[in-house]
Amino acid sequence: MRIELERRARASTAFAAISPLLALVLTLFFGGLMFWLMGKDPVATLHTFFIEPLFDVWSLHELVIKAAPLILIAVGLAICFRSNNWNIGAEGQFTMGAITGSILPVLMPEWHSPLLLPAMLIMGILGGALYAGVPALLKTRFNTNEILTSLMLVYIAQLFLDWLVRGPWRDPQGYNFPKTISFAPEAILPELLDSGRAHWAAVFAIVAAVALWFMMRFMLKGFEVSVLGQAERAGRFAGFSSKKMVWFALMLSGGLAGLAGISEVSGSIGHLQPSISPGYGFTAIIVAFLGRLNPIGIIASGLVLALTYLGGEAAQLSIGISDKVSRVFQGLLLFFVLSCDTLILYRIRLVFSGNKTEAGA
Amino acid sequence: MFEAILLTVMTAATPLVIAAMGELVAERSGVLNLGVEGMMIMGAVCAFATAHMTGSPYLGVLAGIGGGALFSLLFGFLTLTLVTNQVATGLALTILGLGVSGQLGESFVGLAGTKLQPITIPVLSDIPFIGRVLFAQDLIFYLSIALIIGVNWFLFKSRTGLKMRAIGDNHGSAHALGINVVRTRYLAVLFGGACAGLAGAQLSLVYTPQWVENMSAGRGWIALALVVFASWRPWRILAGGYLFGAVTIGQLHAQAFGVGIPSQFLSALPYAATIVVLVIISHNRRTTLINTPASLGKPFVPDR
Repeated sequence: MRIELERRARASTAFAAISPLLALVLTLFFGGLMFWLMGKDPVATLHTFFIEPLFDVWSLHELVIKAAPLILIAVGLAICFRSNNWNIGAEGQFTMGAITGSILPVLMPEWHSPLLLPAMLIMGILGGALYAGVPALLKTRFNTNEILTSLMLVYIAQLFLDWLVRGPWRDPQGYNFPKTISFAPEAILPELLDSGRAHWAAVFAIVAAVALWFMMRFMLKGFEVSVLGQAERAGRFAGFSSKKMVWFALMLSGGLAGLAGISEVSGSIGHLQPSISPGYGFTAIIVAFLGRLNPIGIIASGLVLALTYLGGEAAQLSIGISDKVSRVFQGLLLFFVLSCDTLILYRIRLVFSGNKTEAGA
Repeated sequence: MFEAILLTVMTAATPLVIAAMGELVAERSGVLNLGVEGMMIMGAVCAFATAHMTGSPYLGVLAGIGGGALFSLLFGFLTLTLVTNQVATGLALTILGLGVSGQLGESFVGLAGTKLQPITIPVLSDIPFIGRVLFAQDLIFYLSIALIIGVNWFLFKSRTGLKMRAIGDNHGSAHALGINVVRTRYLAVLFGGACAGLAGAQLSLVYTPQWVENMSAGRGWIALALVVFASWRPWRILAGGYLFGAVTIGQLHAQAFGVGIPSQFLSALPYAATIVVLVIISHNRRTTLINTPASLGKPFVPDR
């Protein structure tokens, strides 16, 4: 048996809509199979994992808290990937944004002003954008592959944060715990509702998604992203600069990752510590693809991936499965999304005979 | 003292060399597999688990190779049969590998491992200095050297190697000549997976004989950078691998001596060195263009 691909005359719009859903169904099926092999009841476990968190006000808030950074990072990455620039170091830009954004509340704790929070957010954005500017500079100036450089910078940023919170920025009254002083109330991102912890990062995420959707749909810049991503030569003939696009795409995605970083620290954690992210920067890559690199689709896929984090925690508490299961789910999901996307451009045929015989030959 | 340092450098360099050799073959056939980190960690967990349960580190080595190879098939099926984007699929392989290995290895955390013992070659190992450094090593070190010689011969002296390089440079023409592009690429990807798995086995059986989650710590990515550094030539991988091994070990020794630089900065050195080396190698556009396999990462659908 052999699998053959036959190119469709035009991309199938039906499959473009169905493929993420198909991928979700396949992931749930194989996830259930995995639970069954582990000796658990697959239906009950999947229910705990994906349904129960949706019927509780507390976990809905947690869902929004986890979805916000994922969406913020993923919409930036979507633009980046569409322009054929592969920034996979968002985790590092997230960390750097958290660090630069925390400069004011950590070093100037006596400055209480309504301007403090906006200043922190702007510094976070700048930190993330500048950190993403490093691979952009290396790519445009020295022709260096941005995939490898942006990834290496993740490790460097995490080690830098580790040094800061154990060394110069450590809270002197913190009983030697590796953390900075707790942020002043003026430096905390406010909560949205009285019913729970969800904070303003969710609003930033929605605004960023809608703004980038608008850019891709109605603005020349969006067209430039698509053209340079799909046919760089054609783009150059149209007068678009691919170097400027590298800078634009990387700094945009870096800035949004930085905003996600400072929002997470200011809104959810309240101080800096060695680990501030359960891998949001990497999971956002899956979010971007599950959302078909479309900013509006990413809002939905961000919520789905946030649910895998939440479900992992719930399953760990109530069924005693390790929360590493969520990583497995995330990986499986990306695999199925990528496979199902093949159906958009190709028809898949199973050929059972050994060789195709040509009629009339 | 010098001998001891050299021996640790070799242990640190071996997994990088092996994983990079596998990736080099895959990339020479035109496939960019960014999942090295994932295949490596799968190899590490399979090797550790098997060695722990059977008590035989050699079965562990086999399991590592098998685990990495099987895992790479997943990548092969997606990118070669379903023609998905190679960059994205490679990332998926890494994410999935880190997740699955964490899950599989959970019950092995903190257990004492089985160390692969050195094999002392008689006579040769009696040579002063060189003997103890080169001929009293473990099996995986010998394999790493054999790999370089073998791959170099295969790529540049054998007919199949020539065909494989042709596919990597222009899959359309190779297909027109009647070479089976997809089959060759499957084999190249499998080889890459087996090598990454072997490199992982070295980590959990020789380098630090225990299982720690995420113990590959970016080595798969450094191996990818090594391939670029080596301009897709086997012997240069050896040089690059040992350079990185030296940086890794050098910073560990510096930490032990307490040179007054924060340990985090020293730990960041191998990653910073990777960036610097990549910049130096790739800044000349023309030589990069000549060395890179021309159809690297491009999708191929045979026209029938």
